[in-house]
Amino acid sequence: MAEAVVHTGSPSDAGSAAVARKKKGFLRLFVERNKVGMIGYAIFFAIVWIAFIGPLFLPEENPTDVSIIYQPPTWDHLLGTDFSGKDVLYMVVNGGDTLLIVSTMAATGSTLIAVVFGALAGLLGGKLDTSVLMITDVVLTVPAIILLGVMAVFIRLDNIFLLAFILAIFAWPTLLRAVRAQVLSLKEREYVEAARMLDLPLRHVLFKEVLPNMMPYIVINFVIAMTGAIYAQVILYYLGLVPLQGDNWGLMIQQAYTKGAMFYQDSIVYLLAPMFMIIMLQLSLVMISRTLEDVFNPRLREV
Amino acid sequence: MAVVTSDVVTAPDHDESVSTVTRVRGWASGYLARRLLRAVITIFFVTTFIFFLVRLLPGSPVDVYINQQMTLYGYSYDEAANQARSLFAIDTDKPMLLQYFDYLGNLAQGNLGMSITSPGTTVWEIIAARLPWTIFSVGTALILSFISGILLGMVMAYKRGSGIDSALTGIASISSSVPNFIGALLLIIFFSIRLEWIPFTDMRGSLSSGQEVEFSLAFVADAFYHAALPITVYFLTTIGGWMLLMKSSTIGALEEDFVTAGRARGIAEWRIALFYVGRNAILPLFTQLTIAIGFVVGGSLLIEPIFSYEGIGTELWGAIQRRDYPLLQGIFLVVTASVVVANLAADLLYSRLDPRIRSGEGE
Repeated sequence: MAEAVVHTGSPSDAGSAAVARKKKGFLRLFVERNKVGMIGYAIFFAIVWIAFIGPLFLPEENPTDVSIIYQPPTWDHLLGTDFSGKDVLYMVVNGGDTLLIVSTMAATGSTLIAVVFGALAGLLGGKLDTSVLMITDVVLTVPAIILLGVMAVFIRLDNIFLLAFILAIFAWPTLLRAVRAQVLSLKEREYVEAARMLDLPLRHVLFKEVLPNMMPYIVINFVIAMTGAIYAQVILYYLGLVPLQGDNWGLMIQQAYTKGAMFYQDSIVYLLAPMFMIIMLQLSLVMISRTLEDVFNPRLREV
Repeated sequence: MAVVTSDVVTAPDHDESVSTVTRVRGWASGYLARRLLRAVITIFFVTTFIFFLVRLLPGSPVDVYINQQMTLYGYSYDEAANQARSLFAIDTDKPMLLQYFDYLGNLAQGNLGMSITSPGTTVWEIIAARLPWTIFSVGTALILSFISGILLGMVMAYKRGSGIDSALTGIASISSSVPNFIGALLLIIFFSIRLEWIPFTDMRGSLSSGQEVEFSLAFVADAFYHAALPITVYFLTTIGGWMLLMKSSTIGALEEDFVTAGRARGIAEWRIALFYVGRNAILPLFTQLTIAIGFVVGGSLLIEPIFSYEGIGTELWGAIQRRDYPLLQGIFLVVTASVVVANLAADLLYSRLDPRIRSGEGE
């Protein structure tokens, strides 16, 4: 993947007219090339809408009722009930916001680490480069899921910032390597060389010359990092290692599984609802990242 | 394939003046040495990390264990500390730094301590009994999905824009969106519980009861029968990634000048596809393979318990649920070491296939 999307940086030596033309063409292209992507965006925003606006329309409580456990969908409970008679639809609507917030924070964190250190390592080279690469290789090799599982046993992940932080610190290596590789190639371009020869401060070279040319690439990887963070987070819930209160799709799967809901004839909707939400969320993000790649990387487009 | 074609693809590289000896030496001091160093540093980093996780965090499991023994069973501190010492292979009376060196020394001798929840069993025995099953199932699945993904990815690249491409891209996107444990649960819910096509309860475990570990067809068949479900899940949830990667990699390779030149020379299209495009398109995927090894082994933590497959994943799952710290720590270390070794092997294979890596150009 990394190798495939490296050629996204376009030389910015064109005038402003050319930039405007490019932007117009880009927008047209964006819609034209984005039939799949549009579906992706639609699903993604639908899920975001359900997760953040939906809870406003919910009643205060979701009472347990042992007389109606594992019910199939009825008018009272559109998605049926769980092992304690709670309404499944309520939990589905309520269970996405934390997941999305934590994933966004984690993806932002890992993207920041990757971009800042990848760009610095590529630009400055030398000892910094060597040590950053070494650390990257180490983190890349360690099986992250197992490390996450083991760490969560020792560290109580009872606040979302800590959770996001833990997720972020294992997710950056792939992007960092790619950013570094791209900075190395951008470094050779005339405009970056010119900026360096003019003795412009590193900050300028980094933020004004190098990073803008990598934006598409960074955006795509942010989306991919989101899918990674969602996956890792759902796993932690599924393993029962996140002692956070409240409804959550990952927690719903964990509870359904540990309570043996699989073996009840009428529990199928209860089981599938959170899985469906997670899969749809992941699928929409994959679709978005693929169309972004398609738009930004002309090589994939040519037939 | 590699032997036959190495000269075709790497034409600029076969310089007769460079003798084999210097080549090997250069490789050893550069690439191989760097990889070995990386492997050693990774293992060192992980062991150190886990030590401080176990010992330094407030409420460390060792202290918790000692307190538990004192309050629950009325042991004196010394007795409890003695027990903890043998379980964790750590002497709590010594200064932290010395404990750390002891711990490293113990590890070097393969002493991982004792399991808390299965008294009288060393962590090493448990791991040795479980790890082979995971290596078998994960390895089989990885090889199958890598090969199939590469073939399908090439088809997608050659037919890009066609109906086959869209269909395969759709399948690949779904494959890479479904989290593996959800895939496993769906497999059971639909094909085993609802449709009753898969005799799930019969396929649990690593071997049928009464089946001995032996060199026989029956044993191999039984092993595959019981590993079939985990392998299917690993396969289905990783193949999409390979397909998409191979597609973009192949498209990149198709545009290379040597492909155009090959066509101009009238080389048969299948030869170009196999030896010119395919070989060059696969190379970048090998780096991804090293990442995938860790990912799939990590997935065993989730997949194996679902199918009651008696590999290291199920054991680790149990250790997490029971908070069996020495076992947890031992499994984590051994699994990481295995992944590091697998990585090393993949790297060496990669460097055999791509001479540019050996000469340091590729990095």
